[in-house]
Amino acid sequence: MFAWGVNCRNIRQHNMKVSVNLARGLFNALKTAPPALARSHFTYYPTTATSDKGDLQKMNMFQAINQAMDIALDEDPSALLFGEDVGFGGVFRCSMNLRDKYGKQRVFNTPLCEQGIAGFAIGVANAGATAIAEIQFADYIFPAFDQIVNEAAKYRYRSGGMYDCGSLTIRAPCGAVGHGALYHSQSPEAYFAHTPGLKVVIPRGPIKAKGLLLACIKDPNPCIVFEPKTLYRAAVEQVPTGVYTSELGKADILREGNDVTLIGWGTQVHVLLEVADLAKKELNVDCEVIDLVSILPWDRDTVCNSASKTGRVVVAHEAPYTQGFGSELAAYIQEKCFLRLEAPVKRVTGWDTPFPHVFEPFYLPDKHRCLAAVKDIVNY
Amino acid sequence: MLRTLSRVSELPIVVKQLQKNAAQAGVSKTNNYATEATVQVNRPFKLHRLDEGPETTVKLTKDEALKYYTQMQTIRRIETAAGNLYKEKIIRGFCHLYSGQEACAVGMKAAMRDVDNIISAYRVHGWTYLMGVPPAGVLCELTGVQGGCARGKGGSMHMYAPNFFGGNGIVGAQVPLGTGVALACKYKGNGGMCLALYGDGAANQGQVFEAYNMAYLWKLPVIFVCENNNYGMGTSAERASCNTDYYTRGDALPGIWVDGMDVLAVRSATEFAIDYVNKNGPLIMETNTYRYSGHSMSDPGTSYRTREEIQEVRQKRDPITSFKEMCIELGLINADEIKAIDLKVRKEVDEATAVAKSDSELAPSHLWTDVYSNNLETKIRGTIAYDIDHVSERKGVNH
Ligand SMILES: Cc1ncc(C[n+]2csc(CCOP(=O)(O)OP(=O)(O)O)c2C)c(N)n1
Ligand SMILES: [Mg+2]
Repeated sequence: MFAWGVNCRNIRQHNMKVSVNLARGLFNALKTAPPALARSHFTYYPTTATSDKGDLQKMNMFQAINQAMDIALDEDPSALLFGEDVGFGGVFRCSMNLRDKYGKQRVFNTPLCEQGIAGFAIGVANAGATAIAEIQFADYIFPAFDQIVNEAAKYRYRSGGMYDCGSLTIRAPCGAVGHGALYHSQSPEAYFAHTPGLKVVIPRGPIKAKGLLLACIKDPNPCIVFEPKTLYRAAVEQVPTGVYTSELGKADILREGNDVTLIGWGTQVHVLLEVADLAKKELNVDCEVIDLVSILPWDRDTVCNSASKTGRVVVAHEAPYTQGFGSELAAYIQEKCFLRLEAPVKRVTGWDTPFPHVFEPFYLPDKHRCLAAVKDIVNY
Repeated sequence: MLRTLSRVSELPIVVKQLQKNAAQAGVSKTNNYATEATVQVNRPFKLHRLDEGPETTVKLTKDEALKYYTQMQTIRRIETAAGNLYKEKIIRGFCHLYSGQEACAVGMKAAMRDVDNIISAYRVHGWTYLMGVPPAGVLCELTGVQGGCARGKGGSMHMYAPNFFGGNGIVGAQVPLGTGVALACKYKGNGGMCLALYGDGAANQGQVFEAYNMAYLWKLPVIFVCENNNYGMGTSAERASCNTDYYTRGDALPGIWVDGMDVLAVRSATEFAIDYVNKNGPLIMETNTYRYSGHSMSDPGTSYRTREEIQEVRQKRDPITSFKEMCIELGLINADEIKAIDLKVRKEVDEATAVAKSDSELAPSHLWTDVYSNNLETKIRGTIAYDIDHVSERKGVNH
């Protein structure tokens, strides 16, 4: 008993010491953050569509997603769209006007029951129709976790290929938004990446969101699209209005460089693009920035080629450190590129705490922490 | 107006009862005001699988009347203050107001004993106050500062107090938790029970039905309270539930429908239910109520219902106005006393609002406190360049 008391005090004292260090970093973060605080812990870097994609239209991410679903419903008469408040357009407006256009038989609200929504969608897909189900927030996907992991992912395998729910796509808004606190901010991609049979993707903006969603809807495997909710309005691009898909399992090299490889997905890609600018300016370090895009399966070739070229890799994601998807990348890169590495792979992530309420700016792997990692890895 | 228009005919009965009661019991009167009255509940209870229901004729003392009025008025003002703080962007993120539903919480609290417990979803500012947190503790939690009852670490949906197991952000999750609390009460034999609250939307979550079943199997002292405010976000009850008689949805479980705008009806039903669940096992109580605001502050609340609908409830069924008018009519409270309470409540909540605006946030080091009790690894992982120890700061109130 007594020993524990002493121990506790020691921990506290020690803690005081390290927090000075931390506070300095945090204070810098605070100083440079605009008053809107964590709402904009990133600067958006729009993607430009290649010229062969036909007509372009300025859209934000929810509009691009809306257009993708519009196309899917139009092209595929078996396609159904449902989820909580989806008939009204959904809380993030992604399904706006689709019920009016395609009728309430095809676009409808479900009751509040995520496990039911997922199971129902799996059944729909099993019977060969196309199911596009929305889970209102990725944080609410856990009641549906069992259905997705135990039913959707394993149906094909366990029936020896007789049945599958490949025409199932689940969409869920994920990630930090500046004020979401514990249950409107999480990034649960790693939980699902642990499940063979699923595909998991995360767009970084409107063009990608539309292409990935259409690819997922068409892909003959159950897919989950985690959509960074902070990008729904903030991300605006010239989006091709026609039908196109983004390849699943394919990463994008957004900036080429020779010194350090930076890997991220979703909102974090924009943080890393800014870090690459800062690294160039402040450290004269040349970063290669990769948007992993697809978590499962992930693009091993692109990642390993880059790692072999630069010899230094920093992976950054909002989800916590331990068993975040960065762990998988680090392990694989070290296994495959060991002799080419100049330093151990670094991970800059959310901390191993629940997603905090007022401390969000300190929790996120912002540009300051990522830049510090770049500094560390070049000086290793 | 004492009752809704259609019930004007009941008025004389109440008054007569009051007079009779005063005469018979010789209730003392000071300044021509009564100190106790007998009142008929507003709307009859509806029963499911019950032969007898709660008392429809209830006593109300002057002290109780003053207390319930003060409590309901304080909740209303806290919510008004919260709404304003949100509009001023001092509260960020989520903020779900309870305005319109005050009689549910105040009525239940009035019946609860010290050994009883409650757990609810995210619309809990009022409950937090009733369970002992002063208005400043509620508003500070909302603004995320250290004077908050969860030190600013929980925010709008996560507030706690002794015997109040909190606000839950995951809709429906609290229902089996409350059932577990009831199991512990039974096992400990402390005579306590648990109120497990959820909305008409949450009532469709599978785990609610799992909880009903377990509770009935093991005869647990739990009251499942469905606060039916007619909407789950933008979806009306009829569009989400195949059976909107939520008090009947427990299959074998008995149920009671209660007018949730009538604080005395809620109190009476809860008293009945507490006694019932301790003797017989679980029961469902549906409180029929209404929320004036949108689902949360980002919802104007008018796209899926009409302004007239809201106005009509405000005018005809407001739980505070109707209670106030009844108390005045019964001679339990006079207009001066009402004014004094209103002033006092306003002052207290204004002061709390000032604190919520000026208090500071916890230091960033609290980001990593209380993740575990005794963190075996001692370090919180996930940082570059920082090497941080985990700290367990607070010991739970439940130990
Ligand atoms: C598991 C889960 N799914 C969805 C949500 C989003 N959500 C929050 S409140 C709500 C509606 C709940 O309505 P109801 O139970 O009637 O409670 P009320 O808001 O009316 O008090 C929804 C869909 C959530 N928080 N958790
Ligand atoms: Mg409701």
